[in-house]
Order: sequence, then C-alpha cells, then structure tokens
Amino acid sequence: MTLPQTTTAAGVPAPGTPLLEVDDLHVEFRQRSGVVHAVNGVSYELAAGQTLAILGESGSGKSVSAQAIMGILDTPPAVIRGGIRFEGRDLLTMSAEDQRKIRGPGISMIFQDALSSLNPVYSVGWQIGEMFRVHRGASRKEAKRKAVELMDRVRIPAAARRVDDYPHQFSGGMRQRVMIAMAIALDPRILIADEPTTALDVTVQAQVMDLLKDLQRETGMGLILITHDLGVVNEVADDVAVMYAGRIVERGTVDDVFTDAAHPYTDGLMKSVPQVEAKGGRLQPITGQPPNLAAIPGGCPFHPRCSHRRLGAAAAPGRECATDVPPLRLVAPGREAACHYSEEVLGV
Amino acid sequence: MTDQQQADLRHDEVQAGTTTGLASPSVDVTSDRQNSLWSDAWAYLKRSVFFWIGAVLTLLFIVMAVFPQLFARGQDPRACDLANSKARPSADHWFGYDVQGCDYMSNVVYGARNSLIIGIFAVLVVLVLGVVVGAIAGYFGGVTDGVLSRIADIFYALPLILGALVLLRVGPQTDIPIINSRGPGAVALALALFGWMTAMRLVRSQVIAVKSSDYVAAARAMGASNSRILVRHILPNAVAPVLVYTTITIGVLIAAEATLTYLGVGLQRPAFSWGLQIEAGQDSIRSAPHLVLFPSIVLTLTVMAFIMMGDALRDALDPRQRA
Amino acid sequence: MTSPESERDREVAQARAAAAPQPASGEALLEIRGLQKHFPLTQGVVFKRTVGHVRAVDGVDLTLRRGETVGLVGESGCGKSTVSKLLVALEKPTGGSIVYKGTDVAGLSGRALKDYRREVQIIFQDPYASLNPRMTVGDIVAEGWSVHADVAPKKGRLQRTQELLDRVGLNPDYVNRYPHQFSGGQRQRIGIARALALRPEVIVCDEPVSALDVSVQAQVVNLLEDLQDEFGLSYLFIAHDLSVVRHISDRVAVMYLGSIVEEGTDEQVYTTPSHPYTQALLSSVPLHEPHLRGQKDRILLQGDVPSPADPPSGCRFRTRCWKAQDICAQEPPALVDRGQGHPAACHFAEARTVVPVEVVE
Repeated sequence: MTLPQTTTAAGVPAPGTPLLEVDDLHVEFRQRSGVVHAVNGVSYELAAGQTLAILGESGSGKSVSAQAIMGILDTPPAVIRGGIRFEGRDLLTMSAEDQRKIRGPGISMIFQDALSSLNPVYSVGWQIGEMFRVHRGASRKEAKRKAVELMDRVRIPAAARRVDDYPHQFSGGMRQRVMIAMAIALDPRILIADEPTTALDVTVQAQVMDLLKDLQRETGMGLILITHDLGVVNEVADDVAVMYAGRIVERGTVDDVFTDAAHPYTDGLMKSVPQVEAKGGRLQPITGQPPNLAAIPGGCPFHPRCSHRRLGAAAAPGRECATDVPPLRLVAPGREAACHYSEEVLGV
Repeated sequence: MTDQQQADLRHDEVQAGTTTGLASPSVDVTSDRQNSLWSDAWAYLKRSVFFWIGAVLTLLFIVMAVFPQLFARGQDPRACDLANSKARPSADHWFGYDVQGCDYMSNVVYGARNSLIIGIFAVLVVLVLGVVVGAIAGYFGGVTDGVLSRIADIFYALPLILGALVLLRVGPQTDIPIINSRGPGAVALALALFGWMTAMRLVRSQVIAVKSSDYVAAARAMGASNSRILVRHILPNAVAPVLVYTTITIGVLIAAEATLTYLGVGLQRPAFSWGLQIEAGQDSIRSAPHLVLFPSIVLTLTVMAFIMMGDALRDALDPRQRA
Repeated sequence: MTSPESERDREVAQARAAAAPQPASGEALLEIRGLQKHFPLTQGVVFKRTVGHVRAVDGVDLTLRRGETVGLVGESGCGKSTVSKLLVALEKPTGGSIVYKGTDVAGLSGRALKDYRREVQIIFQDPYASLNPRMTVGDIVAEGWSVHADVAPKKGRLQRTQELLDRVGLNPDYVNRYPHQFSGGQRQRIGIARALALRPEVIVCDEPVSALDVSVQAQVVNLLEDLQDEFGLSYLFIAHDLSVVRHISDRVAVMYLGSIVEEGTDEQVYTTPSHPYTQALLSSVPLHEPHLRGQKDRILLQGDVPSPADPPSGCRFRTRCWKAQDICAQEPPALVDRGQGHPAACHFAEARTVVPVEVVE
C-alpha cells in the first residue's frame, strides 16, 4: 500500500504520529427498553493523507463511532468510554470547551443528507462564510470572498454568481459540494465523510468521490469514509475496517481484504453483491438478519449467520463460536480479523 | 444536523432491534385466527390502566348526569336559605353553601347534566364535522379542497365566542329546532359550529399525507374503491391526532360555556352548570374560594377522564405504540 | 441454531440448478408505445393556472414478454418511477399507449380495469412506507382478495395467507403481527406476498431492493428470481443500481430525461454500450475488484440534468454530451440500431467498452 503524496508543510505532525487514535471505544445508549450497545470496543488509527473506509450495514455502529469522535452524540442517552486521541491528546478527558476548540478546526464531518444539513433560509455563501466569521473573526466582505474561493475549490460552476443562491436552488450533487466546502473551510486535519454519496446518483457520486480524493491530495488530510458500498471502498480507500454489531471484524488494506476476505462476514458481503462487470450466477446471500444491538448474540456476534461456525464438540478448545468472543488478531501479515477460524476462511 | 443523525440512528436501532426478536423462535400461539386492528386495539385497551381510570370516571359522571339525586346526599339544590350564604364546607355539607345559601354539593352534582351535554355533544359535532369535511377536502383535493378550506378559513376569522354569541342572540328569533331554545343543546351547537376548524385542518393534513403514501398507492393499484381506501387505509391513520385534540377540547368547550353565560347568552340561572358556577364563584373568590374550587375540580376530573381515554385509544390504534 | 431461510435458500438453489435457464422469447405481454406523461405546473390556490408542463415521461417504447425481466435503469428524475405508476394505472398517460394482451389500458374501465389491476401488480421501493402501519400482516396480504373476491374463496383465506408468507420466506405464524415489528428485508417480503396474492402475470418492481442492506438485497433478489421461475412471472425491474439490474435482467433499457436512450440484452448494453449517456453511466459505477481498479475508462459528465419542464431541443442529452453536433440540437435521434446490434437513440452511436470484462472462472 502506498500513501498518496502529501504536499503540505505546516501543521502536519511528525511522521509516524497518527493523527487520530481511537482506542477501545464503547458507545451505549441507555433506553427505557434496555441498553443498546452500538459500539463495542473499536480501535483504529488514522495517519495524515490516509483514507480509511469503515464498511458496514445499518446498525453496525459505523456512524455512531464517527459521531462519538465528532462529539455530536448527546450524553446522555449516549455513554461513551475508551479513548479518542487527536494528535496525541485525549478528547474524552477534556472539558467540553477544550474539545470544541480542538475539534472545530481539527476534525470536520459531512453527512449523507446535504439538504437537511443546510439551513434553507440562508444563502449558501452566507453559510460557508459563517465558518470564517465565527472561527476566524472575518468581516462580512472577507467571508464572502472566502466563500466564493471555497466554492471554486469544490468546483461549483459560476461560484461568484451562485454564492447568493439558496440551498434549494442547487442539485443534490452541488449541495453535497457546498457541504464539503463548509467542511474544509478551516483546513481540517481529518475529514469524516458519513455516506457522502449514498443519496446521490452514480454519475454524481463519481464526481464527488473524485473531488474528495483531490482535496485530500492537496491538503494531506486524513479521510475517514463511512459507507456500505463495496465499490466506493475499493475505488477510494487505502485501508478498510469492516464493522459488524459494533465491532471491527476485519481490517487490512483494501487490496488484501477485497481479494481474499479473512472474516466470514466480509466474505459473505462480497459474495452477496452483484457486480457490474459480469452477470454472474445466483447470488449467495448471508442468511438471517443483522443482530439486535440490545441483545447481541454471545460469543462471536456473527455466529448465528455464519457458515464457518463451529459449535460444541466440533470447536477447538477456547474457540467455540457461540461462547468465546473472537479477538481481533493478526491472521496474516498486515491483516487482522476477529474470527476463530480465519485461516480456514482464507484457505491457508 | 445532529438530531437528524440521532433520528437515523434510532431508526437503525429499531430496525436492528426488531429483527433478532423475530429470528429467534417465538411463535404466536394465537395464529389460528386472524386479528384485526380493532380486535388488537380492544385487547390493548382492556389492559390499559389509564383507559380504565378514564372510563370509570366518565361512567361516574354520566350516572351523575342522569341520576343526580343519587349523589346529592338527599339535598335539594333549590332549597336555599340566605342565612347560609357562602358557608364553608362541613361534615354535613361537604361542598358548603353558595351565595344564595343553597347546598353547593347538590348544585355541582346537578350541574353535571348540562355540562356533560354541552361538552360531549359539542365535541361529537366537532369530531363529525372535522373528520367528514377534513377527509373530503384532503382526499379529493383540488377545487373541493379549495372551497372547503376557504369556508373553514372564514369560520376561523370569527372568534369562537363572538360567533356563538351572535348565533345564540339570533337563534331564539328563528324556528330552527335546538337553536331556538336557550338550552344546553343550543349552546353546544353554537360552540361546535365555530370550533370544528382545527379538527378539520388536522384531519385534512393527515389525509393528504396518508393519501400519497405507497400503501395507498398499492391499494389503488389493486383496484380498491375510494370508499374502501378511505375507510381501511386513510381514516385509521388520520384520526389519531384528532382524537387527542377533541378530548382536550371537551374541557375547553365546557369552560367556554361559562363565558357565554357571562355575556348573557348561555345558560342562565336557575339552570345548573359547572360553567355557571365557576363564573358566579369568581366574584367571591376571596371570601369563598370553595365556590370556584369544587366545580373546577369536577370539571378537571371530567376533562382528565376524557384525555386518558383519548390517549389510550390513540395508542391502542397505533400498533407502534403498543408494547 | 439453524435459520429456516438458509434451508429454504439451499432447497431452492438445488431446484434452480436442475432447471435449465429460461429463454426469454415468449409472446409480448405488455407493449408500450410512445408513452408520455406531462404533469401541469400550476399557480394559484383556488383558481389554478397552468404555467407549464413537466415532461416526466416523454416518448417511451418498451416491450415486456412473458416470463422475462426487463430492467429499466436511470438516475433520479429520469421518469422511471412515473413509468411504473403509469403501468399499474395509478396515473393516466398524456399520450401514447400501453397495450396489455392486445388491449389499450388507457381505454379500460370498470370490470376490465379491475382485471388488469389484478394481473399487473407493483412492489415499491420503501418497505417502511408501502405497508399500512395499522394493518396486520395477514390483512395486508389478504387485502387484494377483498377487492377481487374471485381469486380466493372466503373460507381458507387465512391458510392461503400463511402459505404465501411461508413462500416468501416468512414465518406463517406472523399473520397477526404489524409491519413495524419486521426489518426492512422482511417488510419487502410482505410487499412481495401482497403482490403475489392476486396471482399476477406481471410485477412492476419499483426499486425493490434499493432501500435494503447489502446482505439482505441478495436475499430479496434471489426470492424474486425463484418466484419468477415458479409462477412464470414477468418483471419490469426499475432501479438505479446498474449491478443489480444486470444481474436480474434479460433485457435492459436505459432512461434519460423522460425517454429511453438505449435498449438491448444485458450483454449488449453492458459490454457494448453505444449511447454516450449509457457509457458515462457505466463508467461511473465503482468496481469491486482491486485488480480492475483504474482500468476502466472514466467518463465524467459535466453539469446537471436539465429540468424536465424545459428539456433541450433535439437530443435530450446534447447539453452534456461530448459528441454533440449541430444536428443534435435540431433533430431528436430515433431509438434504432445504427450497426451496434441493438438500438440506441444517438446520431453518433458507437459501441465502446467502458467496464473491464471480468473473466468468470
């Protein structure tokens, strides 16, 4: 795996220091009906210029973990444990005010639904410019000039003319560009993109993904891409972490993971998706339904749906799928998977 | 932004949460018969504590309205002695005496009939007018909706009290039944005629939302008739907010009757009603607060009873609210 | 713990493997010719003035034969969902014809329209919005029989409902449950059972798997394929996901701004796309294989889709097309074969491979 060339000089920490370290992150929601375990011990690192994809289905905890990093979960009902270190400083042990000071310019996020993320009663230029007025104390005129500059950077055509238009006057793809413009306004070190193209058409999706890659190349920011789309992961990310039931079940470079999955869930996902490059035979779906986060199955959370599971006497000692939780372990050079029988899945 | 994400998250959780419950083998033992919304709703109501509290209270007040003598502890509300004017509650006379020196408890008990007639009758008219006009306007849309909505707007422009005032002033000079008397029926009708618009708007907006839903499209694509779609799909989904609104409105209407009395067009003494009593009691609230207190308590209890039943009914008719 | 679904899937897979793939050469069931749907744009509340028309569907030709699946792909706003509503007679066409078994659907009314509606059913995209939250699953599935009493006698309806639920992979004991108690995939199965209940000939599938999780999509796609084999159904499969459409379709039509720009077998359209829009669309689909990354020809389209209220003259795609010439603004190109083996609506149609061909082992 090669990292894209970074071109920045200032503001980048010493090589080797990860920008972001997530350490054994847990997020629970205490509800009347019980405790929902949305994230159950997730750890990863992100370096400058790296693109990490977090792949998972709805309810896998992929969005919640990102929201915990952004500090946009309401606590309570959410209970967050573990460590989130940005450039070595643990955000969770800081005061809310300090967290804001670090996150504001350091980490920003874009969402799936650009329309509801923009305020319909202000022009997009005003909303982009607000970042400069609030955080940098820029004058109105200066903020508007910066807004036009940013709209140019995210390739909104005729930016100078459209700066005073309102969100509803933009198409879905253009609105997502406006969101990106706001997100990169303060030159964040990390951009978290939560399903940024899911609501977009495929031709527009390609444009937006290209834009994100180009911006990353220019600024050297770390990019966390949260998605359920295997194709997007393959085309955009360097590394991928696959999440299931609030845990990372597999991690590695996209090349490795997509060529030969080490976890039965990843393997099942790959096989269940039809591909545009070939008609293929019958799809092989993963059976059953995703788990209830208020009652995650014991042992390996995937075992009720797993075709490789070994129960009772068939299992090796300490590796019974329904009782022993498989740790995320090194299964091949540079690859981790949380499965007792990954070697079997890999066919080693 | 955050709220949206939170909502999505909760949605996902609900989604994920309901699935494994089904994946685990939990077979209904009742599957040899087919339940419907109404049978399930009744089964839910039977288990609802709030519904029963509301129902028992309502029944109590209805019996009180029909047979007031059972509750008046042998007192005649018209047997008054000015010597007892504004006397405080005592062991013999639990609610004390009013200004005229009449036993106040029997007064309040006898007031139930008029107050309930006004509240229930008016609310039924509001409900029927609101649901029918709202459903027609929302379902057929276009010109029908335009005309009906403008009519509602015209009624909106007239304040409830002013409209009722005019109607009750003019009413006795006409030969229209109910309106031409000054009885509780006329008061109820007057209040309902100028108070149905909010219910109509609620129904209309719900109907419009439900009408464009995919499940209505599916029913139409199946060839279902307009009446079937209205009755089976649209109304069950559209009446819930109206039920809650109307149960609260009962109290408002019973209290509004008092205002009409104050303006000289509502019920007049010697009629009994809680509105009248609260109105009259206000003049001596410092020297005899019990004159306002007791009718207010029974009025509040009545309204609470209806709200509890309405709330329970709304939950019962919404499978997502049932536990 | 064994899941009933896995067993069922396995059985079905065996049954399917035994049966030879069906040739798609049956008689034409549905013939759509020059179909148009224009929605008036109005102003005013009581007295509405028409100020223009949105040409949602503007000249669609399509044929659906017995037992085959036709995929209709296009991006949002291209009018593909309006086509589905026109097909199940939820909207009346402004022009053109939908001929079903030799009769024009626009002229149907009363009994005949009711029969048509029984034979042509629809499955919706959103499994949350397409089921009445206040009806039990049993009532939802059986509703069609209240309208078409002749399909199933009153006695034994419950049993037939349960059989249907079992057939679509749901526990038959769930008849008394409500939609919110099911996951997205399970709800979509309920929607499929509702459509099947009327024993239709044609099912219009309007983005039936788009709202589902990846692992559940495959379950529903397989179910649809099995039901087609079992009941001889014809599908019009409307979707924006080109991979799913390729997988399930015998023939594919590509739609852009209200009309069809290219049509052919899945092989023709995906390996030799001839309309520039199809090429751009296919080239945008991210591939799943790391070794194919970067091998495809990326065509990035400029600008946005024009408004269907004011479409460009001549060829609809010319404003974004890199091949556009003067003739494109003057003359709308016909949907005909210009030597590529299948029809494409482009004056300068030319086959071009944009998706790297994957060798299936």
